Amino acid sequence: MAVESKRKGVVGENVPKVDGISLACGRPKFTMDMDFPGALIGRILYSPHAHAEIVSIDASEAERVPGVACVLHFGNVPRIPFTTAGQGWPEPSPYDTVLFDRKVRYVGDRVAAVAAETEEAAEEALRLIKVEYKALPAVFTTDAALAPGAPVIHDEPDAEGIYEAQRNIAAAVDVPIGDLEEGFSESDAIVEATCELPFSQHCTLEPHCVIAYFDEDGRLVIRSSTQVPFHVRRIVSRLLGLPMERIRVVKPRIGGGFGSKQEVLLEPVAAALALRTGRAVRMFLTREEVLVSTRTIQPAWVRVKLGAKRDGTLHAVELEATLNAGAYGAHSGTTLYNVGSKSLPLYNKARHVRFHGKAVYTNLPVSGAYRGYGANQGFLALEVGMDMLAEKLGMDPLELRLKNHIQPGETSPIFERLGEGREGKPQIVRSCALEECLKVGAERIGWYEKRRNRRREGTWAYGVGLACAMQGSGITGVDMGAATILMNEDGSFRLLVGATDLGTGSDTVLAQIAAEVLGVPVERISVYSSDTDFTPFDKGAYASSTTYVSGNAVLKAAQEVKGQILEVASEILGDQVGELALQEGKVVSGRSGRAVELWEVGHRAAYVANQRQIGATASFLCPESPPPFAAFFCEVAVDTETGVVRVERFVVAADCGVAIHPKLAEGQLEGAVVQGIGQALLEELRFSERGSCVNRTFFDYRIPTAADVPEIETILVPTEEPTGPFGAKSVAEVGIDGPVPAISNAIHHAVGVRLTQAPFTPERVLKALRER
Amino acid sequence: MTDANLKIYFELNGEEQYVEIEPGESLLSLLRSLGMKSVKEGCGTGECGACTVLLDGRAVRSCITFAAKVRGRKVTTVEGLGTVDNPHPLQEAFVKAGAVQCGYCTPGMILTSYALLSRNPNPTAKEVRSYLVGNLCRCTGYKKIVEAVLVAAEWKREGKWR
Repeated sequence: MAVESKRKGVVGENVPKVDGISLACGRPKFTMDMDFPGALIGRILYSPHAHAEIVSIDASEAERVPGVACVLHFGNVPRIPFTTAGQGWPEPSPYDTVLFDRKVRYVGDRVAAVAAETEEAAEEALRLIKVEYKALPAVFTTDAALAPGAPVIHDEPDAEGIYEAQRNIAAAVDVPIGDLEEGFSESDAIVEATCELPFSQHCTLEPHCVIAYFDEDGRLVIRSSTQVPFHVRRIVSRLLGLPMERIRVVKPRIGGGFGSKQEVLLEPVAAALALRTGRAVRMFLTREEVLVSTRTIQPAWVRVKLGAKRDGTLHAVELEATLNAGAYGAHSGTTLYNVGSKSLPLYNKARHVRFHGKAVYTNLPVSGAYRGYGANQGFLALEVGMDMLAEKLGMDPLELRLKNHIQPGETSPIFERLGEGREGKPQIVRSCALEECLKVGAERIGWYEKRRNRRREGTWAYGVGLACAMQGSGITGVDMGAATILMNEDGSFRLLVGATDLGTGSDTVLAQIAAEVLGVPVERISVYSSDTDFTPFDKGAYASSTTYVSGNAVLKAAQEVKGQILEVASEILGDQVGELALQEGKVVSGRSGRAVELWEVGHRAAYVANQRQIGATASFLCPESPPPFAAFFCEVAVDTETGVVRVERFVVAADCGVAIHPKLAEGQLEGAVVQGIGQALLEELRFSERGSCVNRTFFDYRIPTAADVPEIETILVPTEEPTGPFGAKSVAEVGIDGPVPAISNAIHHAVGVRLTQAPFTPERVLKALRER
Repeated sequence: MTDANLKIYFELNGEEQYVEIEPGESLLSLLRSLGMKSVKEGCGTGECGACTVLLDGRAVRSCITFAAKVRGRKVTTVEGLGTVDNPHPLQEAFVKAGAVQCGYCTPGMILTSYALLSRNPNPTAKEVRSYLVGNLCRCTGYKKIVEAVLVAAEWKREGKWR
């Protein structure tokens, strides 16, 4: 029972990702990798209309297809308004959705679901469901939806929580601080910009999928590719009328999330099909279904107006946002608030601030949670605006940022006035290395040199641009995560966390936090996560919360377990607990120098004397949301003949506190930056005149490939966040907030035109060049 | 299973297979039914590369390859490259470099990289990037994947591959 006592896996080290080698070896770890012989195939019938009433639905012929077990539609499923958003309780998104409705609100909306023995039988049944639609007038832009006399998209009487259904407004916000008019009248320089971010998609490589079945005790098990297993359990329980103790939700490995799998889309359908048939049901969406019918980013129109004093001090800031919520309001209000709450505190010198906006229903796909979650929409406008302001003031854009950004020990009234879909909480920024991020990033890109000497080669013009951003770490006062640590009798440990590793590496990061406290290598800790039967509650993976919130829970649990270990060791050694130290796999007495190995502690507690389970469960409620900060620099080349923009180099310097696992932290930034580059140059879901998505494959909807990606330099600038576990803050989202404005600003430096409508396609760049 | 089903013989990860396939069945579907769950479906239309396998050493997309096409040929999936206890250097390199995030694209990436390195044991970063153009990854931004392939190539040149 010898235990390796050399401490390896600890905070700040690039230990092997705990699931890395099994993933690289292709072990069957994902939702669909488990075979359920005899499972039914679940498929969904989608609306071909952007807005229509279902006059009648006749599934009798479909039900007669051999092998078809069940067809669900509004006629045979209880009507319970809910939201698919997959948020905590009380849910901030409006209850404007039901499982199957009498009305469809976008092309791709859910009409019916089928469970059948084979794909072919399911397909055949979908073809044979007779639906009579009465088409209604549809609106696709927020302007059209807000116009007087526009069709009302949510006219159902049982919806709850919609801001103003009659005017198609899902959510609205207006927060004035100081006196904006006075602020602008006192300003020496004023600029105004309007930026747009279109519909785009997360594009996780693994499509949405789920298996629902009944176990040997008749309990419903939902094996799902989800970011929020506990919210899935709560929502399915309510929709199906099954008590929570009869539902188990398991998240195996998941092939990417980025917000798209926070939405509880397939689980209630698969569960309802399983409940109706008593059989296991598998659902696996095609890429086309993912692109057309799941969820998108919140497309935004954002206007910024900045007023500054002659010396560059910001004095007045107005930010106005209109989000296209699409057909349902999931995440619209909370994302809307975040456009202001996550961006405006960055420049806290302005005394007069107003943030206002709305999220508007249209008959387009549903926009939901997407990495960045409003911050990227806000920073697009704010950072383009800052670039314009610098130009107007004749200042270096870098100097303007340095002059205005928030500093450690400072606050912003925004923290208190704006939360997620409601008021926020006051907060002081305790750690911030944005200044260093800006300085080191500028040095790495060659900022001053390249700003002075613009390069031109043939038709290619080169330029450099920058942007800054911040995010949060969890939702203050809302997000709770818990962890259980149990010691085995050989001195190894089990770490059970509700936290949901989406591929981010959070299982590894959480194991490192436990290992650091318990003085063992990461290999001595087995991590089991995201199973509502076996792991304690966790809000799930969203809002950049796992390292900070769940990590703090692990820290607390590990400290309690450490205390118990010292007690048992004191029984063995006869020393007082206060004289003992836990290090490198053993407990050492500071008095006698004698040591007891961890296995002896575990063994004694299990078998020898005063037997008990060494273990603890601890939870952590997000007390504040310390922002990570990042500075983004890029060099672009613009072909003035074709309008093609090439990102030549990208530098991201980020302060995420202490990086528990630097390589994983870098990976978060690099992935987010490339996703942002996709948004800047490539990605846009396009729609026909009838509101039907036209780019439904990866061939038409391009995301960055390895060949599209520039050289990226990632720099972690450490700070120590006093409230974070071992000084850590979040890192998952901040990296997507900067690329779009940084690229826009670099294009401006290269060719003197402002691109404000993403993506910056050759057509748009050429048009801007011609209109110059 | 109907009369139209076809029996084929092929080699999968060094083992002989004699299996019945359905008309029009994809290689992806056949391999997953044989337990090769590393072969992932990401798009079903040959655009993402998650289903990449080696067919006689060449990287192919199994979702748009007919199962019938592998008759008498050799198919390699990532399961055939190495195991958790005895991983292939490429698999180790991916983990070491931090090239594995969610892991869904990883088997396809590794096999495409394997095909590249068997052709070109000393690629530049740019060559790696262009060779991997058919394998999409949404998590990593590709940087650490390219680093992993370059490290594995170095190990190969040093004779550390088996």
